[in-house]
Amino acid sequence: MANRYSYLSRNLWSGFLFGVGIVAFLDETLFHQLLHWHHFYDQSTTNVGLVSDGFFHAFSWFATIAGLFLFADLRRRQALWMKRWWGGILLGAGAFQLYDGIIQHKLMRIHQIRYVDHVIIYDIVWNVIALIMIIIGTVLLVQTRRKAKVETKV
Amino acid sequence: MSHHHGDSSIAGGEFLFTQILLALPFIVGLVVYGTALYISKKKKREWSLSRSILWTVGSLLGLASVSGPLAQSALTDFTAHMAGHLLLGMLAPLLMVLAAPMTLVLRALPVKAAKRLTKLLRTWPVRIVTDPLVASLLNVGGLWLLYTTNVYALMHQSLWLHIFIHLHVFIAGYLFTVSMIYIDPVPHRKSYLYRAIVLIAALAGHGILSKYIYGSPPEGVPAEQAEAGGMLMYYGGDAIDLVIIFILCLHWYRAARPRTLKENTNYQTV
Repeated sequence: MANRYSYLSRNLWSGFLFGVGIVAFLDETLFHQLLHWHHFYDQSTTNVGLVSDGFFHAFSWFATIAGLFLFADLRRRQALWMKRWWGGILLGAGAFQLYDGIIQHKLMRIHQIRYVDHVIIYDIVWNVIALIMIIIGTVLLVQTRRKAKVETKV
Repeated sequence: MSHHHGDSSIAGGEFLFTQILLALPFIVGLVVYGTALYISKKKKREWSLSRSILWTVGSLLGLASVSGPLAQSALTDFTAHMAGHLLLGMLAPLLMVLAAPMTLVLRALPVKAAKRLTKLLRTWPVRIVTDPLVASLLNVGGLWLLYTTNVYALMHQSLWLHIFIHLHVFIAGYLFTVSMIYIDPVPHRKSYLYRAIVLIAALAGHGILSKYIYGSPPEGVPAEQAEAGGMLMYYGGDAIDLVIIFILCLHWYRAARPRTLKENTNYQTV
């Protein structure tokens, strides 16, 4: 598959967009709709939090679909590189979750993870998972980039 | 909610007049589409049944939102009002745009008239109102004005304001949809990236307004109705926008196909 070396960034972006989309989708279905931990609106939400939430929600909605169309595009070009695509997914999902967990939940106070006394534990678990996803994603991306460099030099 | 039942509110015969007036454009639309379909068939040109169905269903949804029981309860119930607006401003326009009415009308018209119509579509006012940014501002900006000022309360007292706002919601919704997805011939095409960015911004503006309504009800709307209405606007808007996003991405995907690829290539994952 020599093609995949010419589409390194598209593999990354397809994964990244889909990763942002899927984590936002899980946030909505799992934490808002099924568990009812997250609230649709919290009276302590700042205005900037409302705006940030709106833009990220809209972007993630678009990103889910756009990421999948990019995936289809990579397939028809025979340029799909699953390992790199997964790296993109984990980076996108982790980055969004970290932004959501630190900036949106804590600084902008759009809503809390769960309305309980010891929410700090939820916050730590949430953000540590985000960091782990970012680290694994980055490792995968660096590995595939190195491999591409070696392979295309020969 | 006293103003809904007060002396100055729209009621009885006045409201019947409003319903008929707002229903007229949709009925005219159905007649025009049907006539164009008839002429086009006489010219032995095929027209897919699904497009005719889309137009009919879209028009009926539009009709249901401006007249009949839903329009009646929308006067006093904000959630019903929001359901009506989702139909009038989003779903009906989307289905009607997908029915490709301009293509059908251009086929049915005599060549000379069709050329004149195409010329009209190329003029600068059409170009401006079908620009994604302008159409989005007309659409979402209009909604912000409606729900964050006293316009919503005034709408229930003035017959003409009521008519104007409902016409605006439909027309702005239609322009928004045609500015984003190209089903009919579009003389002023905008890039996919530009449309995608504006679409995301418009979606964001819509979502932010929904949550804003949830937290700060418009004048005269009880809190629990604003909450239900805001959530309906948020999730209903998401569902309909999903279709618009999908079609935009599909067209983008098709336009970006690799030209050198052979027809029968075996698609293979890594």
